[in-house]
Amino acid sequence: MALADTNTKGRRKSPFLQFVIKAAKTLGAIAVTMLGLLFVTFFIGRVMPVDPVLSVVGERATKEIYDAAYIKLGLDKPLIVQFFTYVIDVIQGDFGKSLRTGFPVSIDIKRVFPATLELATLGTLIGVFVGVPLGVLAAVKRGTWIDQVARVVALIGYSMPVFWIGLIALLVFYGILGWVGGPGRLDIFYEDIVPSVTGMILIDSALAGDWTIFRNAFSHIILPACLLGYYSLAYISRMTRSFMLEQLSAEYVTTARVKGLKESAVIWRHAFANIKVQLITVIALSYAGLLEGSVLTEIIFAWPGIGSYITTSLLSADMNAVMGGTVVVGLVFVCLNIFADLLYKFFDPRAK
Amino acid sequence: MSSAQTLRQWLTSDVPTSRRQAKLAALYQAWLAFRGNLMAMIGLAILLLLVFTATFAPWLAPHDPLAQDLAARLQPPLTEGYFLGSDSLGRDILSRLIYGSRITLYIVAMVTLLAPVVGLFVGTIAGYVGGWTDAILMRLTDIFLAFPRLVLALAFVAALGAGIENAVLAISLTAWPPYARMARAETLTIRNSDYIHAIRLQGAGAMRIITKHIWPLCISSLVVRVTLDMAGIILAAAGLGFLGLGAQPPSPEWGAMISEGRKFILDHWWVATMPGLAIFTVSLAFNLLGDGLRDVLDPKDGSQ
Repeated sequence: MALADTNTKGRRKSPFLQFVIKAAKTLGAIAVTMLGLLFVTFFIGRVMPVDPVLSVVGERATKEIYDAAYIKLGLDKPLIVQFFTYVIDVIQGDFGKSLRTGFPVSIDIKRVFPATLELATLGTLIGVFVGVPLGVLAAVKRGTWIDQVARVVALIGYSMPVFWIGLIALLVFYGILGWVGGPGRLDIFYEDIVPSVTGMILIDSALAGDWTIFRNAFSHIILPACLLGYYSLAYISRMTRSFMLEQLSAEYVTTARVKGLKESAVIWRHAFANIKVQLITVIALSYAGLLEGSVLTEIIFAWPGIGSYITTSLLSADMNAVMGGTVVVGLVFVCLNIFADLLYKFFDPRAK
Repeated sequence: MSSAQTLRQWLTSDVPTSRRQAKLAALYQAWLAFRGNLMAMIGLAILLLLVFTATFAPWLAPHDPLAQDLAARLQPPLTEGYFLGSDSLGRDILSRLIYGSRITLYIVAMVTLLAPVVGLFVGTIAGYVGGWTDAILMRLTDIFLAFPRLVLALAFVAALGAGIENAVLAISLTAWPPYARMARAETLTIRNSDYIHAIRLQGAGAMRIITKHIWPLCISSLVVRVTLDMAGIILAAAGLGFLGLGAQPPSPEWGAMISEGRKFILDHWWVATMPGLAIFTVSLAFNLLGDGLRDVLDPKDGSQ
């Protein structure tokens, strides 16, 4: 995402002023993107449904209930007023009430989001620790069978329907082999034992020192995390490979080799050191992708995260919950993108 | 073409005598390069097979895809008459897969007609006109890019109602921004070239320059990108179908078939496995083809 167009024309300004202008531009761009995001969800939730009131009160509501809901939703006011009311509510963290759970959407999201975060984080870790070495290896051994295998592994990752492979993996590793825990985050008799501090069970149980629960939680999370990890591995390994190829063909690498450095030093200390920044950007993007990509995985594994929350709300026409969930996922997505962008600008002198 | 020349010589001639010959020769060269890529050829073969299957579905399918036979429900694969087994209503899975290929192709065709075209329009106009138009259009693109795609598609379908047309619309709405970005970048590099100035001096209007002189140059990178994205689009469509938001039962859409088979996964694995394999094969084919096309058409970031 190009957040700020670097303006090189015009008079020379003081470095501080330049910085302020740049920061203001970036912040402005972020604000506009966020506002656009809210506009799109507003449009989806309030304008596109034929009758938003019906989706709230149901088809068999009486005239009085209907009218009351109509006023309560503010539908008697002009659209632009409705939109600004919505924006102000969202800024205050108010997404309305979920019709399905009866709780405010913001409380629901606070409850389900850590589950998604836990899954996506573990998935990204797997993707990084397998994907990066695989990509480096493929680049170093370019054209050999190792490279081909890495390519096929990535291609399969790009082509596999996650909900299908999730089902098959459950069937094989849970149903037949019994190696891992089934759907859900914990076996039912372990639930609600450890106090919730972060909402992430692995961390909570470790904090409480309850290793039985930790092991149980781990046996439940490992399968979906490996699946998500495979997806991020596919992307990360391909990107690592192409970054590495670019560096390995550079002249400084030849110089390093000519002066007699060990090959491992050439690869890791020289070439790899130069792709770190690009790599961090890619990892941040893939992390954002996993937060979203976990929607289908969560359904298959009955994982009570934000993905399942959005879809179950959606199937029961709970538009407030859908809009709230979408906004939150969108915000996290935007933030990670911006973070990746800033990181790149900050660490890579060429981007200035 | 003189009679002594073979078609091959005519195509590989160094001195084309007409514009048509030059064009065809370039295509032929690309094809030669493409033919050497085994993986891409496999991808192409699978996709041709898919088109063949979809076209001749009524002749290829052994059963009616919707015909139920409760006496023969949940038959395992390789049963007499049910090569890939039957589902919970006794419908032949092979026949359903064959008819389902039509739905997959329909989705692919519709999204291809919508998303890249919208992206091309927005991108080239933004790039060529510049100024405020550019700023507004690109900000809009950024907003859509910032959105997680599947979640946005979900929300769209939720608002519009489930169904295959709405699924296509939702996917297209989330798929166009990268194309717009690409087309804009290409337009910016072309915009100030001499030949565009020459055409403008001859009196060509903006519309003519964009459609006749900028679009053709954007096409090749767009084709590569669309092919590579197609796998993701098929997966997204199948995902929507799986959630019950895409094609509605009893339509033999592959994602919906997996969702039906999910209930029997422990005892009757084939019901969900077969359609999954079909989805996997087709999206793999698109990925293989896209990889090969990129090597041929867009060698600058080719992987070999």
